[in-house]
Amino acid sequence: MGIDLRLPVGTLFALLGLLLTVYGAATRGQPGTEPTGVPINLIWGVVLVAFGLWMLLLARRARRAPSSTP
Amino acid sequence: MTLHWVDYAIMLLYFAFVLGIGAMLRRYVHTSEDFFLSGRSIPAWVTGLAFISANLGAQEVIGMGASGAKYGIATSHFYWVGAIPAMVFVGLFMMPFYYGSRARSVPEYLKLRFDEKTRAVNAISFAVMTVFSSGISLYAMGKLLNLLLGWSFDASILVAGGIVLGYIFLGGLTSAIYNEVLQFFLIVFGFAPLVFLGLRDVGGWTGLSARLAEHATATGFAAGAYTRSWAFMGNASANPVGVEWFGLVMGLGFVLSFGYWCTDFLVVQRAMAANSMTAARRTPLIAALPKMCFPFLVILPGMLALVVSASSGVRPRPPLEGAPAVSATAAAAPAAPAPGDPAPASLPPARGIVPPKIDARTGQPVLDARGRVVLDYDLATPMMLVHFFPAGLLGLGLTALLASFMSGMAGNVTAFNTVWTYDLYQSYVRPGAADSHYLAMGRFATVFGVAISIAAAYVAASFNNIMDFLQLVFAFVNAPLFATFALGMFWPRATGHGAFTGLLSGTLAAAVHHGISLPAGAHVGVKGGYLGVLTTYPSELAQTFWTAIAAWVTCFVVTIVVSSFTQPRPAEALRGLVYGLTPKPTDDVKQWYERPGTLAVIVLTLTLALNLIFF
Repeated sequence: MGIDLRLPVGTLFALLGLLLTVYGAATRGQPGTEPTGVPINLIWGVVLVAFGLWMLLLARRARRAPSSTP
Repeated sequence: MTLHWVDYAIMLLYFAFVLGIGAMLRRYVHTSEDFFLSGRSIPAWVTGLAFISANLGAQEVIGMGASGAKYGIATSHFYWVGAIPAMVFVGLFMMPFYYGSRARSVPEYLKLRFDEKTRAVNAISFAVMTVFSSGISLYAMGKLLNLLLGWSFDASILVAGGIVLGYIFLGGLTSAIYNEVLQFFLIVFGFAPLVFLGLRDVGGWTGLSARLAEHATATGFAAGAYTRSWAFMGNASANPVGVEWFGLVMGLGFVLSFGYWCTDFLVVQRAMAANSMTAARRTPLIAALPKMCFPFLVILPGMLALVVSASSGVRPRPPLEGAPAVSATAAAAPAAPAPGDPAPASLPPARGIVPPKIDARTGQPVLDARGRVVLDYDLATPMMLVHFFPAGLLGLGLTALLASFMSGMAGNVTAFNTVWTYDLYQSYVRPGAADSHYLAMGRFATVFGVAISIAAAYVAASFNNIMDFLQLVFAFVNAPLFATFALGMFWPRATGHGAFTGLLSGTLAAAVHHGISLPAGAHVGVKGGYLGVLTTYPSELAQTFWTAIAAWVTCFVVTIVVSSFTQPRPAEALRGLVYGLTPKPTDDVKQWYERPGTLAVIVLTLTLALNLIFF
């Protein structure tokens, strides 16, 4: 119906990931940011960006090759 | 504790998207069918994710974490014995009747199959239950945010309720479903790092098992009692759940899970919105694939909370307003505990990072009937978030928590507005009006559904026992339902009078069984025993499972007996409603692996494997 859901999902996660990545990189090494020694903001930010872009890619592909269902 | 700007930015971004989706979908809503059933136009992967997300409310995220801390990996039975087989069953065998009959709701199916009074009982009890459930969930959210972040209770529930109202009012069921998918991904990505960091901290699954083995032996169980799901199910006193395999498989696996996943309109509505019969049947099967992995996402944090050391995270001592610091002197030398004793008083009041439960009136830790400190297991998962997540990720984790509250509430509200408008308003108040009238009523019902939820949250805040009591009544009403549906769909001879009497006597049987039994250590009252304690169960769950079995068996037998003495409907009136009188649905799929039957085999094989791995 109407919108391809992968567009808003992809955009939201790409933006969230970007925010986390930038924040994680800027605060790298500060006390209280790396539980159990992992720069988790940075790592997880990159994971979210990757997921968001993958969703956007799927949406783009679906738009280029319209499926048989209306 | 206070949040950083980045945490607020993440939350606001999420809120903006949620409302934005509602606003974008507004122009696609023209008829009441668009609003209540998404015009039956949604692809299976979307309805599938919404199917589990509508159920992925606070009860699941917070409650399964709590159960993980309380019972260990055996909590996975809720998934690997409970939900998954039931989801396969509803997809393969029941969806053809729900979707194929063109009923617009589950109560409406009951009217088509049985009669008006059976529909009325189901519609009224369901409508009341949904608004109160979402009220209870709102209350839990307000309380949690107040405790964790010091946010105002009023503001928290008004904002959350307002946002849910906003996006459903605009886009109806489609908006709820789209947002549920968004919420699903958010919950997965918000909680996955928690499990990663927690496991890393305790040394992986091996480290977790070793630490839980210590905990198990200290509480009088065998070493593997918290990390093996089946090995100790032979005897109710040998496992922390306090139930043996038969009560578990029958009570939880059969009666409760099939009753919920196969008859609850809240989840079935998602499948009804699918764009074809095959898509509707695939909806619960697609949902089952991620669902079977959820124990790792929602149960593990609770288990971890029990054993991580209080000084390992980013905030070594999370300050909890209202909770007194645990004094070192309380950790007296543990005496030899009796088998089956989950938490002897001699153990320190807090375990891992799970704090003791505090009585709101006295400010003292709550004690059970045996004088032992009760842990506040509901805080297990939230404490893990606060303990391990730095600013940034904490925003994501809290947003995921908020998303779970909202998706649960939205599920309730969309199911409520549909049942209210179609099954109550259109049937009894104002039949025969124009479709635009019912569309307007649906929007209006959304507003007062949310308003009643908020009112219910305040009721819960002032009379805690009333909510316990209501949840109990809901359990009584729900327990016999699956017997009615199973007989209705697979036995043409079942009659309306039979179904109606069966439902009522099943509910009565549940109330009576609960009234004559009591879980060990509980006080007589809302926990049972109000008709005289004739039997005691090792745990509350065991009592719940056996109450459900009593209700189901009673409903099943009474329906059959009464049906035998009453006039059945002619076979042609039951076409499309009963198995054997309905042509088998054909699969319109391109690939063999998209067939519902194939998917079901894959799902069941994987579930069996998970049961064996954690046996």
